[in-house]
Amino acid sequence: MIVTPMWLLSSSVLLLFLTVLLTPLIKGSQRFLINTSFTLTSVASLLGVIGGVWAVGGGTTEKIILEIGLPALPFHMRIDPLAGYFITVISLLSLFVSLYSIGYIKGYLGRRPVTSLVICYCLFIAGMLMVVLADDALFFLVSWEVMAAASYFLVMFEDEHIENRRAAFLYIVVAHVGAIAILLSFGVMAGLAGDFENFSGYTFDAMRQAQLPVQWATAAFLLAFFGFAAKAGVVPLHVWLPEAHPVAPSNVSALMSGVMLKTAIYGIVRVTFDLIGDFPWWWGAIVLILGLVSAVMGVLYALMQHDLKRLLAYHSVENIGIILIGIGLSMIFTSYHMPLLAALGLIAGLYHTLNHAMFKGLLFMGAGAVLHATHERNMEEMGGLIHRMPWTAALFLIGCVSISALPPFNGFVSEWLTFQAFLLSPALPNQLLKLLVPLGAALLALTGALAAACFVKAFGVTFLGHWRGHHTPRVREADFPMRLGMVLAAATCFLLGVLPTVVIDWMDIISEQLTGSKLRVSTGAYSWMWLTPIAPERASYSGTIVFLGILFVVVAAYLVLHVKPGAIHRAPIWDCGFEKINQRMQYNATSFSMPIRRIFGFLFNIKEQVKLIPRAAHPFFPKKINYYLRVRDRFWGWLYKPVVEVSFYLSRRVGRLQQGRIQAYLIYSFITIIVLLVFSR
Amino acid sequence: MKTYPFIIELLQIAILLGVSPALTGWVRMMKCWTQGRTSPGLLQPYRDIMKLFSKDVVLADNASWIFRFTPYLVFGTAVLAGGVIPMLSIDLPIASTADVIVIVALFAIARFFTALAGMDIGTAFGGMGSSREMTIASLAEPAMLMAIFTVSLASKSTSLSQMVHVIYSGHSLFRPSLAFAMIAFVLIALAETGRIPVDNPATHLELTMIHEAMILEYSGRHLALIEWAGMMKLFLFASLGIATFAPWGIASAGDIGFVPASFLIMMLKLGAAGAGLVLIETGLAKMRIFRLTEFLGSAFLLATLGMLSFFILE
Repeated sequence: MIVTPMWLLSSSVLLLFLTVLLTPLIKGSQRFLINTSFTLTSVASLLGVIGGVWAVGGGTTEKIILEIGLPALPFHMRIDPLAGYFITVISLLSLFVSLYSIGYIKGYLGRRPVTSLVICYCLFIAGMLMVVLADDALFFLVSWEVMAAASYFLVMFEDEHIENRRAAFLYIVVAHVGAIAILLSFGVMAGLAGDFENFSGYTFDAMRQAQLPVQWATAAFLLAFFGFAAKAGVVPLHVWLPEAHPVAPSNVSALMSGVMLKTAIYGIVRVTFDLIGDFPWWWGAIVLILGLVSAVMGVLYALMQHDLKRLLAYHSVENIGIILIGIGLSMIFTSYHMPLLAALGLIAGLYHTLNHAMFKGLLFMGAGAVLHATHERNMEEMGGLIHRMPWTAALFLIGCVSISALPPFNGFVSEWLTFQAFLLSPALPNQLLKLLVPLGAALLALTGALAAACFVKAFGVTFLGHWRGHHTPRVREADFPMRLGMVLAAATCFLLGVLPTVVIDWMDIISEQLTGSKLRVSTGAYSWMWLTPIAPERASYSGTIVFLGILFVVVAAYLVLHVKPGAIHRAPIWDCGFEKINQRMQYNATSFSMPIRRIFGFLFNIKEQVKLIPRAAHPFFPKKINYYLRVRDRFWGWLYKPVVEVSFYLSRRVGRLQQGRIQAYLIYSFITIIVLLVFSR
Repeated sequence: MKTYPFIIELLQIAILLGVSPALTGWVRMMKCWTQGRTSPGLLQPYRDIMKLFSKDVVLADNASWIFRFTPYLVFGTAVLAGGVIPMLSIDLPIASTADVIVIVALFAIARFFTALAGMDIGTAFGGMGSSREMTIASLAEPAMLMAIFTVSLASKSTSLSQMVHVIYSGHSLFRPSLAFAMIAFVLIALAETGRIPVDNPATHLELTMIHEAMILEYSGRHLALIEWAGMMKLFLFASLGIATFAPWGIASAGDIGFVPASFLIMMLKLGAAGAGLVLIETGLAKMRIFRLTEFLGSAFLLATLGMLSFFILE
């Protein structure tokens, strides 16, 4: 037997299905079930990582046809560097999260059986891998549904809470509206590829070869983009995301935010660059504008949150926006036949895909560790956890620094590449784009700075200061498997930040295949150290030297200043002489974001009330002050509420047919038969 | 490999460490003169730093490692930025480590950790300072990048050495886009270095302080490092402005004989920048915090105008 990337990936998927089959057999001992199944998923993910890395590194393209499915419509599977890259992203995070789950899921022991969670977890990962491997519309949609259904049940896992059931319902509705759009898009492309004569057009190969007329290609693109945008949580189709991601178990939230959204990015890249291939500039402009709107709105909504996992979920909207900015720029450059700049935009977007998977996975795992220890998601009740959970705090901080785009960690590298792509936009021949595209760079800068503010808030309120809650729980540090998963993710964030050239050289083949040019980020001596897209005199960045430089100065200053030991004293907090300072007087999440809420408040639907309950004797010294704040998504009222109301109205109208009497139904059947006889003679 | 770029590099860091308190002293001294007070002299910041270094550190009971690590990190990022911004010569071996976007990000790291340190103790002042600082920064950063992008459009590079080189050997001395970008840069530099009208470095009045509120709990050598890094930040922003908008006098590559003259020119320009700062600070009052959106918004508009005028006029 010859081991190839495809062989490794198929065994990975098969191993996941075997784990599903094994689970009911060993569900008697839940502890054993957790240990076994998550070890097996880790092994499967490791196989996936090896296969994916190999496929990209070797530039392999391999196809197999599975004779299952409908007769004469077999399933096609194909691995190429683009697919291999997304397989690597998915499998790498799945590996870390599976290790983490060995510890995290044990928190459910004695509370509820986890058999269904394990089954859906395996199906979920298998579904994501199959989406990326699929090479025909049928298999793609089947895998897409497996992924959506499995994640629906995972969101529903703790189904005794009404908000979980509502979130899961909203999620499945949006997922299916999106899936219908994707189905229609494939229908357009397959129909034109097979001339509406037969089903032969359903393979991606046939779609690649077909030359679509412009108006049909546009229809296919808009449908596919709508469908994938619904899955990715692009504003204004994002409302399900902050509802569904926080209520799922945290390991699942990590996978949903970290990698499930990326399958939609994969879909967008696959459909536009590979299947359609030739497009006008305004497609790229649509992607770019929606990317910018998502990035800014996502981070502003995140700033308004005080639920740690909801905050992270809104940051996924932001980061999907940043990824789409890179891809949109790449599409604009491609349409003007500027392959090198297109490669820069595409690599920036794809690199951010990997980076976001790592740091968002890490952050959700960290939030899960906090939830596991405190049983609390509301940041207003937290504080001071750095003393009791030092590992989690340090690792969560690495995630915060990475997502805030601060060097030398990974988020900065991809944002820096995106900025470079923006700065090269004056080379575009279109005057309008030349003037307007650089303004996008300012919005990206705003996003980055607001993200930093948001993560100062998230980390500061959760881990620093004093515990804010009324009663103090017994908090224990995360156990070894949880720490292992987080340490690996944090180490990856760091390596992706200091060694970006190695990774970009590895993935450069994708840009060569899709845009026709390699980026070649590294040139000259010690080339692995310097990230130089385009040309060294244009711009360069070295994460390695930034890290070593800061480290050197910090260590030198520390050593110089610690010649004299024992000069540190501990003392109680200075309370300005009032002696009444307590932990409720600290800044919390709501007060931290107050200036930003005031400045950007016009974007939200905000209701704020302060009520004084006076004392009878002293009306000027209130007994109590009640503060009420509600921040709502404006899109809900503008876009969703009308749709919901219209569908309820229509259902009520149609519902009148349901009389509940057998005679009425017999009449309906009778009328139907008559109508059919009349019209289909 | 030539050795003299490394000597210039070390020289530049030595100047940054050594001269930055003098710049602050110069600004304070002139501020005293303009306000009719007697000044403590140019060397007072040195004496302050020496005094703080010799004192013991008092930490609050629940201060975590973040609180103790932050001063060193803030100091480290300032020194690294000083190694990248061309002050004496554009021939810096580590200049290609960081372009101007990275320099903005280096200041952002320092700010991120200072804000965390402000929240670490759990007093209301610290959180208030952190919240305000991050709000102002998030408004200032887009304007800052727009101003710098406008300059980089002309030089077709974001590498500072390259920008200096291009403007130095440029055909037109004065471009309208650069004028707009420079005004925007000055406004943002006032915000970033915490000067009037955005923040008052001399106040400890509860409701107005921003940067001082975050570092209120620091003492001893930690405070010395933070104060020193703050002085370096003022120095670096002045140097960044000089390198971007008035680079004449910075030695070009290989021109080692010009370095002493370049040092003198740098001191003159810094002195002039300090005088300009004093005029602004004396002439204006501190703004209310929610007026700052207008202040930074106009900086952003000016930078955007600069960019548009580049496309339309040049």
